[in-house]
Amino acid sequence: MTAIGWIQILLFCAVIVALVKPLGGYMTRVFNGERTFLSPILRPVEAGIYWIGGVDEKREQHWLTYTVAMLLFHVGGFLILYAVLRLQAVLPFNPAGQSAVAEDLSFNTAISFITNTNWQNYGGESTMSYLVQMLGLTHQNFLSAATGIALAMALIRGFSRSSMRTVGNFWVDVTRCTLYVLLPICVVYTLFLVWQGIPQTLGAYVDATTLEGAKQTIAVGPVASQVAIKMLGTNGGGFFNVNAAHPFENPTALSNFVQMLSIFLLGAALTNVFGRMVGNQRQGWAILAVMGVLFIAGVAVTYWAEANGTSALSALGLTGGNMEGKEVRFGIVASSLFAVVTTAASCGAVNAMHDSFTALGGMIPLINMQLGEIIVGGVGAGLYGMLLFVVLAIFVAGLMVGRTPEYVGKKIEAREVKMAMLAILVLPLMYLGWTAVAVVLPSAVASMANAGPHGFTEVLYAFTSATGNNGSAFGGLTGNTFFYNLTLAASMFVGRFFMIVPAMAMAGSLAGKKSIPPSAGTLPTTGGLFVGLVVGVILIIGGLTFFPALALGPIVEHLAGNANNLF
Amino acid sequence: MLKEIRPAILILVLLTLITGLAYPLAMTAIAGAVFPKQAEGSLIERDSKVIGSALIGQEFKDDKYFHGRPSATSAPDPADATKTVPAPYNAANSSGSNLGPTSKALNDRVKEDVDKLKAENASAPVPIDLVTTSGSGLDPDISPEGALFQVPRVAKARHLPEERVRQLVADNTAGRLGGLLGEPRVNVLELNLALDAAAK
Repeated sequence: MTAIGWIQILLFCAVIVALVKPLGGYMTRVFNGERTFLSPILRPVEAGIYWIGGVDEKREQHWLTYTVAMLLFHVGGFLILYAVLRLQAVLPFNPAGQSAVAEDLSFNTAISFITNTNWQNYGGESTMSYLVQMLGLTHQNFLSAATGIALAMALIRGFSRSSMRTVGNFWVDVTRCTLYVLLPICVVYTLFLVWQGIPQTLGAYVDATTLEGAKQTIAVGPVASQVAIKMLGTNGGGFFNVNAAHPFENPTALSNFVQMLSIFLLGAALTNVFGRMVGNQRQGWAILAVMGVLFIAGVAVTYWAEANGTSALSALGLTGGNMEGKEVRFGIVASSLFAVVTTAASCGAVNAMHDSFTALGGMIPLINMQLGEIIVGGVGAGLYGMLLFVVLAIFVAGLMVGRTPEYVGKKIEAREVKMAMLAILVLPLMYLGWTAVAVVLPSAVASMANAGPHGFTEVLYAFTSATGNNGSAFGGLTGNTFFYNLTLAASMFVGRFFMIVPAMAMAGSLAGKKSIPPSAGTLPTTGGLFVGLVVGVILIIGGLTFFPALALGPIVEHLAGNANNLF
Repeated sequence: MLKEIRPAILILVLLTLITGLAYPLAMTAIAGAVFPKQAEGSLIERDSKVIGSALIGQEFKDDKYFHGRPSATSAPDPADATKTVPAPYNAANSSGSNLGPTSKALNDRVKEDVDKLKAENASAPVPIDLVTTSGSGLDPDISPEGALFQVPRVAKARHLPEERVRQLVADNTAGRLGGLLGEPRVNVLELNLALDAAAK
């Protein structure tokens, strides 16, 4: 670890914190339906969409209607994406002549992108046409992100309203999020990325003759427009197989820094939106503090582990950290930071191969996902995931002092706690359950690229990533098999919707409650005590759930490596 | 609930057209006009033939060129399409090795490369980037140490004074952005182009 490395990490944190308040203010205005500086251009488009769609923007929805609208939207998105994947061979914008994507891979990919996971059982440049990348994947990157943010808004309204039956209008939230938040940022961001060197062309792959006279086919495409939203929307699905490690997806140290910022940007700003809407911005800062504590701890461990390298490399006299699977322009610190950022948020883009990280360095991304991606988290999903843990922490605190717990003026009662527990328990059931199934099936074991405990970690990582809707991978695992295509799709589906529906049910029940003013017996939820309490609950619940699995994977691998055992 | 079906279809279609077609196509047009070179992939031409991209590494085996990092990319086996064969710096199929820290295969490969490099230049420690594969398999860069390590070999093959080659490495070394972001690096293709130009 070096001083300049830590300065880069602290600079990253400082820029995020500086952006939270202004962006939070803007997003609050957007979702409250107020005028913004973009309204003169975008308002006519917005009104036109409502007119054609037959939506009365003043009419709000009950939580059930809101949820049904969201589910219908997903069904439609799935059908469009599946159709485009199956038909790509006969559709335009296919200069590389990619053939139709197989049924099981199309199914997996469609589920993957509508759930904001972007798990990829394929290499982009060798499988997908430009049309699929744009109309299929870029479009779902926008809409799954907008859906996540819309749901977070509904839950926030649940906390901020008093005795109301409605939580907002799904169509209005999705449209406004796409038009006023995602698109304007992406337009500017795309141009920045092209300036840095990311291609944006519909031209065919380029054939070059190298200096030594060999033929090199260079894959290009409409890359920048997809990279912008894949980062901003915490989708993470790469245009190319190796994602943001590819020089065309992440060409410079500056593009890398800005990409990391854009992963956290909206998720961090949503904590401020929450604070503003419940009437006290310090409530938002307290939540961001919980995230910050867990984040810095994760960065420290991964950076330390990667900078130390492995015993096997040291034994060969090599120094300078573990560079296997990392790019020279990023080095140890920017690769370690990126890995923690992308798994803390549910992005899943990678700028280095997590499969080649040291045992402990690769364990932190795994833990980040197993905690439910609540450290900033996916856009929207991170906030509602974190609020589930907050509800639980408040409940535990209430039990300790024997009072009915309350949070930002709402009594937390049996229904809320049941919904929180349902969402929190169903995730480990998926990733631990499927991992257990996979390791006893010889055909599933055959997909592992590495032997020994590392192979087990590859499988555990895959199901964790899918369930958490992250999408990063220990990429050695051959996931494009019938078994993994279906089971990973099932994990992504359950991981998304068994989180969303309980969260929406909670939103509906909270919105209907009266808001009560704080009294002398109310636990203040803006101070260090509260932050410590929530961090503690997260670590205890998380630790009890997945520590045994970690012991079989990265922990035993770390010990074996130190004893110079190779597999 | 039934009245949600109309917006579910129409709003989905409208937003799909905006984000899936209008946005990427408009960005392609604008980017092509404002940054035409980057939008096409930062291609480098010599004698009006494309010889590669400034951002994509290529394979160098000749002693008179600086070598990039080992690459783990592959290509379909011409004899059997279900298998793959190693094809370093295949820019149509990016890939890392995905070998883990306790992998015997990784350890054997690194050891072999270390031994080769030690035989080439015993006077300096082997830089780690020269014996590890990059994440993309297309890393265009090596570390300044990785370039300096190769100076004696390149100078000998080209019958140039080592001082001259070392100077070229220094000229082609990029530092951290603002002294802060990223890592110092040398673009191998650009360095080799400079070498060829110096030889003329």
